[in-house]
Amino acid sequence: MTKTMYEKIWDANLVHEPESGSPLLFVDRHLMHEVTSPQAFEGLRLQNRQVRNVHSILGTIDHCVPTKDRYNIVDAIAKKQVETMTSNCEENEINLYGMDSDQNGVIHIVVPEHGFVHPGMVVVCGDSHTATHGAFGALAFGIGTSEVEHVMATQTLQQKKAKTMLVKVEGKLPAYSTAKDIALAIIAVTGTAGGTGYVMEFAGDTITDLTMEGRMTLCNMAIEAGARAGLVAPDQVTYDYLQGREFAPKGEYWEQAVAYWESMKTDEGAEFDEVITLKAEDIAPQVSWGTSPEQVISVTGVVPSPSDFDNEVKAQACASALKYMDVQAGQKITDINIDIVFVGSCTNGRIEDFRATAEIIKGKKVADGVQAIAVPGSFPVKIQAEKEGLDKIFVEAGWEWRDPGCSMCLAMNGDELKDGQRSASTSNRNFEGRQGKGGRTHLVSPAMAGAASIAGHFVDIRDWK
Amino acid sequence: MQPYIKHTSIAALMDRSNVDTDQIIPKNFMKKVERTGFGINLFHNWRFLADNVTPNPDFELNKPAFQGAKILVAGENFGCGSSREHAPWAIADYGFNTIISTSFADIFFSNCFKNSILPIKVTETELASLMAEIAANEGVEFTVDLAEQKVTTPGGLVINFDVDAFRKESLLEGLDDIGWTLTHEDKISEYEQAQKKRLPWLWENA
Repeated sequence: MTKTMYEKIWDANLVHEPESGSPLLFVDRHLMHEVTSPQAFEGLRLQNRQVRNVHSILGTIDHCVPTKDRYNIVDAIAKKQVETMTSNCEENEINLYGMDSDQNGVIHIVVPEHGFVHPGMVVVCGDSHTATHGAFGALAFGIGTSEVEHVMATQTLQQKKAKTMLVKVEGKLPAYSTAKDIALAIIAVTGTAGGTGYVMEFAGDTITDLTMEGRMTLCNMAIEAGARAGLVAPDQVTYDYLQGREFAPKGEYWEQAVAYWESMKTDEGAEFDEVITLKAEDIAPQVSWGTSPEQVISVTGVVPSPSDFDNEVKAQACASALKYMDVQAGQKITDINIDIVFVGSCTNGRIEDFRATAEIIKGKKVADGVQAIAVPGSFPVKIQAEKEGLDKIFVEAGWEWRDPGCSMCLAMNGDELKDGQRSASTSNRNFEGRQGKGGRTHLVSPAMAGAASIAGHFVDIRDWK
Repeated sequence: MQPYIKHTSIAALMDRSNVDTDQIIPKNFMKKVERTGFGINLFHNWRFLADNVTPNPDFELNKPAFQGAKILVAGENFGCGSSREHAPWAIADYGFNTIISTSFADIFFSNCFKNSILPIKVTETELASLMAEIAANEGVEFTVDLAEQKVTTPGGLVINFDVDAFRKESLLEGLDDIGWTLTHEDKISEYEQAQKKRLPWLWENA
């Protein structure tokens, strides 16, 4: 019988399927950060339970970390959260890239840097953007804090099998269109609920042509399509990325591991519950105009009107988004002015992202009245960028070159939009208030963010000098 | 966990779709290390005016008729966005134990069951009828019977809903999930021993 990669991973990790009750799925890797774990540790303590497999866990501190003066956490409650993470990891001997580590950074950036996730694994984290690690052909998904506690205590999760969706993207992307634009274009098709109940596998030559970092950006946003997880089949690109990293298989295990990973790919002819196909040539640089990632359009487009939607719910959502975002139906995307530009996050905080922005802003100056901040996803990213001289390009263009953290992606660390401010942001969510109460977020790729910082409004970088 | 028992309670109407977890509990309230006390922050940005203190008179849940509601009736794709369990913690702490919608985001949906909250999926037509009944009679009380998998209303609606058998039992009994899983500890150990042989490199750093 032919199987999809998801079904193979499910079968390989199925511990037990009792007659009554829930199937139990084995968890190979458990990622952790300070916001969603303290209550789970507390739960373990109250029940006098132990962490079962300490080696399966890797932790970092990222959400609450200031990107300027990083040790000065002004908010006492946030400070306590950071201290709690540190002491919980110490007590349980968990590998933590904490505040003092030169490996510290955003969890979904740090984990791949260390080769901690491999194809075929089941990977969880109390964070919806765990989907990122699907780029390695691992089944990676976000869980709540009760489940964080459950995984620590049992190394398993009570799971229900998801449906499968194949998302095929074929052909050559237009100049300056990136994995971010593919992700947004897919969400424009599926909507934010279109993937609910599904695991998406991304395939097609456009996807296999992506670098590992591009695949991470794409899978990262599978959750914005509502999918439980996103997957890309492992290939030579994956293996070249993994080989030699700290937690990658070593010596004789390497060949064995690659053979295993190859065997986990979707069989030819395997059936998916749903298939959607996109042509890469249709994917121009994207800009979100509303308060949901599905409210997105090509940079060449105009802001839609509620009457453009035949679905009443979507029409209503459009009307409400226009009001919140203070944009007008029919307004050209390139006529929208911005106040703040943010490049960073688990979606677009990797070295290729900063190179892409730097290429656009090199030798230019940030527009009057615009604040632009670059927040590397980790210290290794920051150091690599500095080696390449990217930090100088940013600073000379009038950008702020910050320390790593989640920063303005969700604005827990003090970096945030003020009421009414508008951002061009490389992050993943444009929900109301996501970047600060009353703040207005437009999601874009790093190159598009770079161009917006210079022009002061969105521009089609393909015909912009 | 508290067992979920049959109840008759005020149903509050939230006629919005895609209510995301950033609205349910904005991120600035996620810095605590406790599970309790999030109810005061539920829907903060919608619920309070710019001074962050004065209740917003235009926000639906601030209507006097909806005070004390245990049932929340909302539009499609409820709970989309982040995995934060702070969202169901806030909902439960505010006083809701039931959410009725046509669809829920996956992670939010499973988080509800860990917190004695019953998320009920109904059809579009059923949702429209429930919403219409509340709109016509704000403060109306619905009866939710999980054992019978049924919602009934004074207006005569009887809506049967599906729920996973194990999740139903867990809610009705207030079961400890981890405790249940650990009754299968022998299977977990067996799996681990087999995996150590099959994929030894996964245990190299153990």
